[in-house]
Amino acid sequence: MNPQTLGARTNWLPHAVLWIGVFITAFPLWVTFVASTLTPRDIAQAPMQLYPGGEFLANYAEAWSKGATGTYLSPPASTLLLNSLIVALIVTFGKIAVSLISAYAVVFFKFPGRMFFFWMIFITLMLPVEVRIVPTYQVVTDLKLINTYTGLTLPLIASATATLLFRQFFLTIPDELVEAAKIDGAGPVRFFRDVVVPLSRTNIAALFVILFIYGWNQYLWPLLITTSNSLDVIVVAIKKMIGTGAEPTDWHIVMSTTILALIPPVLVIIVMQKSFVKGLTDTEK
Amino acid sequence: MQRRVIFNNKLLPYLLLAPQLAVTLVFFFWPAGQAIHMSLLQQDAFGQSVTFVGLDNFKEVLSDPDYRATLWRTIIFSSAVAIFALVPALLFAVMAERVVRGATFYRTVLVLPYAIAPAVAGVLWLFMFSPSIGIVAYGLKKLGVDWNPKLDGDDAMILVIIAAAWKQISYNFLFFLAGLQSIPKALLEAASIDGAGEWRKFRTIIFPLLSPTTFFLLVVNIVYAFFDTYGIIDTVTSGGPAKATEILVYKVYYDGVIALNLGSSAAQSVILMAIVIVLTAIQFRYVEKKVHY
Repeated sequence: MNPQTLGARTNWLPHAVLWIGVFITAFPLWVTFVASTLTPRDIAQAPMQLYPGGEFLANYAEAWSKGATGTYLSPPASTLLLNSLIVALIVTFGKIAVSLISAYAVVFFKFPGRMFFFWMIFITLMLPVEVRIVPTYQVVTDLKLINTYTGLTLPLIASATATLLFRQFFLTIPDELVEAAKIDGAGPVRFFRDVVVPLSRTNIAALFVILFIYGWNQYLWPLLITTSNSLDVIVVAIKKMIGTGAEPTDWHIVMSTTILALIPPVLVIIVMQKSFVKGLTDTEK
Repeated sequence: MQRRVIFNNKLLPYLLLAPQLAVTLVFFFWPAGQAIHMSLLQQDAFGQSVTFVGLDNFKEVLSDPDYRATLWRTIIFSSAVAIFALVPALLFAVMAERVVRGATFYRTVLVLPYAIAPAVAGVLWLFMFSPSIGIVAYGLKKLGVDWNPKLDGDDAMILVIIAAAWKQISYNFLFFLAGLQSIPKALLEAASIDGAGEWRKFRTIIFPLLSPTTFFLLVVNIVYAFFDTYGIIDTVTSGGPAKATEILVYKVYYDGVIALNLGSSAAQSVILMAIVIVLTAIQFRYVEKKVHY
């Protein structure tokens, strides 16, 4: 630490600026939380108060077990959360598993077409689901996968990002280790299970955070693929709960459901912050 | 690219690749091929017959004033999102690099929006800026600002830009922080000894050394604004009022799924794919050449 940065002149400035950042980040979340503890009448009273009210338990209990009423009869938030959790976990573990083995194939074997297949995977990096949304929707319709968990998750499972990250990491595993394993009589399956997967733990943890958030936060795809309310994921349901003007919005339910929707990904990112930060900056570099 | 020591199996590597290739073929290449195929066809109004029309759909899309307006709007939207997500992120990262006390706290809070779904971020901002009940809208009214994103296209655009930028600051912040941490401390100390102030150090050392990160992030932010902001726009404005916030991705979806104009939507998908491919190619070309950090 050099003495100048410790000077009184610069000491307060970073904190002041960072507090502005904290305010910008946290204020919308705080307002949402406060609204989730108020009665509908208090919410409608402009300006809304900025300290929590007394309806916390009532609102969350209603959201959790009943859900929204109005034009969109939402399933209760407990069902919505479960749907989101199933989708997010299938996408996360599906992507990790599929990418681990395909990266393993590309790095540890030599076979005709290796580079061709690698580029085939690589190029999918360039086609996010939003771009090919209409034709992909038709494919899923043709395969009769509308309104199924398979339709919700399978198209999201191929991931060039994860494959590239694992490939990069596998290339750093020393040759000596592979040789030693071969001398000891370990085949490729054994080596994968006993050496490669345990060594990849840090990468898997980082990807878990990134992919869980990716899966949990999906919006357009589930919106399109599910026409039955009982399969709605929570992010989609929140949007459907907001009235278009003809009917009033149950803001107290919308806001408590929003807070419930935020908790799982926010918890994941806070608890696994270290591996997430490392993984994010490594993956996309 | 290839290891020296490898396993010798004929069948196994194909089995290992099979799941990923199957998903890729069915859900990436097939739809992409379909999009290209459909972009060359024209369906009649009842979906009864299909004729091959060559590049007519593209000509029609590109000469359509609506499409051009949407393209222009998307460019403005993306540039604004990129600027408002990059500048504060850089500022916060530079400041976060300087503090010791509270560093973990600041970082944890600033990272949070990354975890929040675009659609949910949209709801947060929609609520605060809602003309009838929003707390910020109330403040604006008190200040004499005539704020109504439901009727005024510019207000709506400002709102989606703020919501989209807010969410992206976290991501940029983390990358800037990583970039800053890799700048050799000796360089900055030498500058200090030579009497350089903070601003001068930033301008002559830090910012130039961060330029690869900044460029990388610029591309990432544009891609984000182009494609990942669908949820924000759908929750906040649904593209309105009067298409004032309709960007390209929104139009593809609307024309294909709601208006069922499949030929035009397919042509738009193909144009979007071309845009992503160009942006990704720029990014990778640049990343390969990257020397710092």
